[in-house]
Amino acid sequence: MKKFLMATAASALVAGTAFAGGHGEVKIGVILGFTGPIEALTPAMADGAEFAMAEVSSSGAFLGGKTVAPVRADSTCIDAAAATAAAERLITSDGVSGIMGADCSGVTGAILANVALANGMVMISPSATSPGLSTAEDNGLFFRTAPSDARQGVVMAESLMEMGSTEVALTYVNNDYGKGLASSFEEAFKSMGGTITISAAHEDEKADYSAEVAALAAAGGDRLVVAGYNTGGGAGIIRASLDSGAFDMFHLPDGMIGGSLETDFGSEIDGTTGQAPGTDSPGASQLVDLIGDAFDGSSVFVAESYDAAALIMLAMQAAGSDNPADYKGKVMDVANAPGEKIYPGELAKGLEILANGGDIDYVGASAVELIGPGESSGSYRQIVFEGGKMTTVKYR
Amino acid sequence: MDFINGLVVLMNFVLIPATAYGAQLALGALGVTLIYGILRFSNFAHGDTMAFGTMITVLVTWWFQSMGISFGPLPTALFALPFGIAATAALVLLTDRGVYQFYRAQKAKPVILVIVSMGVMFVMNGVVRIIIGVDDQRFSDGERFIFSVREFKATTGLREGMALKTTQGITVITALIVVIALFWFLNKTRTGKSMRAYADNEDLALLSGINPERVVAVTWIIVAALATIAGVLYGLDKSFKPFTYFQLLLPIFASAIVGGLGSPLGAIAGGFVVAYSEVTITYAWKKVLKYWMPESLEPSTLMQLLSTEYKFAVSFMILIVVLLFKPTGLFKGKAY
Repeated sequence: MKKFLMATAASALVAGTAFAGGHGEVKIGVILGFTGPIEALTPAMADGAEFAMAEVSSSGAFLGGKTVAPVRADSTCIDAAAATAAAERLITSDGVSGIMGADCSGVTGAILANVALANGMVMISPSATSPGLSTAEDNGLFFRTAPSDARQGVVMAESLMEMGSTEVALTYVNNDYGKGLASSFEEAFKSMGGTITISAAHEDEKADYSAEVAALAAAGGDRLVVAGYNTGGGAGIIRASLDSGAFDMFHLPDGMIGGSLETDFGSEIDGTTGQAPGTDSPGASQLVDLIGDAFDGSSVFVAESYDAAALIMLAMQAAGSDNPADYKGKVMDVANAPGEKIYPGELAKGLEILANGGDIDYVGASAVELIGPGESSGSYRQIVFEGGKMTTVKYR
Repeated sequence: MDFINGLVVLMNFVLIPATAYGAQLALGALGVTLIYGILRFSNFAHGDTMAFGTMITVLVTWWFQSMGISFGPLPTALFALPFGIAATAALVLLTDRGVYQFYRAQKAKPVILVIVSMGVMFVMNGVVRIIIGVDDQRFSDGERFIFSVREFKATTGLREGMALKTTQGITVITALIVVIALFWFLNKTRTGKSMRAYADNEDLALLSGINPERVVAVTWIIVAALATIAGVLYGLDKSFKPFTYFQLLLPIFASAIVGGLGSPLGAIAGGFVVAYSEVTITYAWKKVLKYWMPESLEPSTLMQLLSTEYKFAVSFMILIVVLLFKPTGLFKGKAY
């Protein structure tokens, strides 16, 4: 018995020192779908978040000289059970103080409800855009640097109306993202007097889309709105539509906008329009310049990922603590006016202002402005394809 | 004229794509069914075997393209196909030596082999992703269309257009050749006969002096060839992405089971049943009926039986109905 007590005491001591040893380090979870349908996008997103953490660590100004260490976990994008387990591991085993993630709306909702709420953990998602997350119960723990698709639906309807496309066919990926965006778009478009000839769901990453394209072609329309993923089923639908002559003009929301469109389709989809979260604020290009050749800084949601990680760390600094219960109330403060505007690469400056008790208005790479239940107000970059190239028309 | 216009619409959006997809599924299902018939287990690694074979073919194709070798109007990938088949055959034979042989020697139950094949599936899955990455790869070249919508309209003067892609033509023709060759092999050659004998009654086959390891090896080589051909044809027609190949496993198994596991003829029928049911039942008939019906009866709705979300439900409904009434599949398969 005595021996056992001794052993317990000793191990407690060891654990204690280990804890003290980790004193200078704050861990932040990066939970993204490193496998699954958006596995092509997530490496750059994670790099973006870790880029912000490296910037803060090297500044030496974070919480009196602490460093930040990222811990990656796989959300799989589609498997709620796997994502929940991964998030649970981040908190209980890795001991993270905040979570940058998750990515897809479905798993983000699952992690929020099952893990973040139960553990009182702050999470900031760079890319979950489902309108459903605006009303989800979150105890003030959930934020997102991506706008809700309720807003994108309206923007999309407005830009189609401006182009004079009043009759469109719609196909959406059958998940929280696609359904949310499709329903907000349908509502906005119909209220503006537009007609949706058919609203057909498609499953992502499936073997064949002949059935979907056949139904869409039969319904017809000026354009085909594809609310899917450009690395998955969305591209398959466009390819099949072009080959069968069903549609040659498309309108594409954020999940579809990516460099692969130019290489895959080129001038075949000239006249196609679309929009993705984006801003003409100088932050976006500053981040791309800062990243340089380290990884692809212009990939989608890299800016939002950088900002999500930056917000977590700035809020910790503002609260002077890495305890989620302390800093969750500070996220909105650092993200919005009043205060000094902070752009990418200026995190050290922001940390110092906060340490001295000042106020900051974090603008970051994606012109962060958090509204309502802690989500980005959303500015969009409207694009058009001309001569096989994606060009920006304007920002709205 | 209206009747022909309607027919053209139907051909363009239903018959041509469904036939090409059916041929791809049939080739995949043939591989699954051969393994089931001769080696007596459901090979879950089949989708990833297809991905591996296609990957090798893609890499060789790129190498050929960089050297300026091309196949005229046909895709260069057809040249690279033998290399893909050879590499895949080597891989599956190695896997058999390293993994399956051990369980075969122990006379392990089929269900254990199924789980083992899942393990193999995950390993192959990882290998493919490590080598070629997770992104979409396009490797088709040559002429894209045998005739395109625009050409068709110009030649025929019809209002509706129809396109036939080179890859669709190649898919159907290749599938036909492969199936004929396979049936000839199984029915006419000594090795083919010994494979069928081994499948029918293992003990009797062994007694009559058939070398089991040879039968197994030949089966794997044929399966590797079928998987690679199916994978490459699919990749040419759509695109190559490892994750999609993993997802292909489901319709392939549905095809093999509907047709009757273990029956090659059933695998082909099953492939087309699944492909046609996915496309036709969710098709919106409005455009076709507009041409075929008198003007007064012109449909105002889409005339869609089921919305496209239910496409997969359809093939599984058929699967359940078939299994209820003919538990061994359309063409009497086997059950172990």
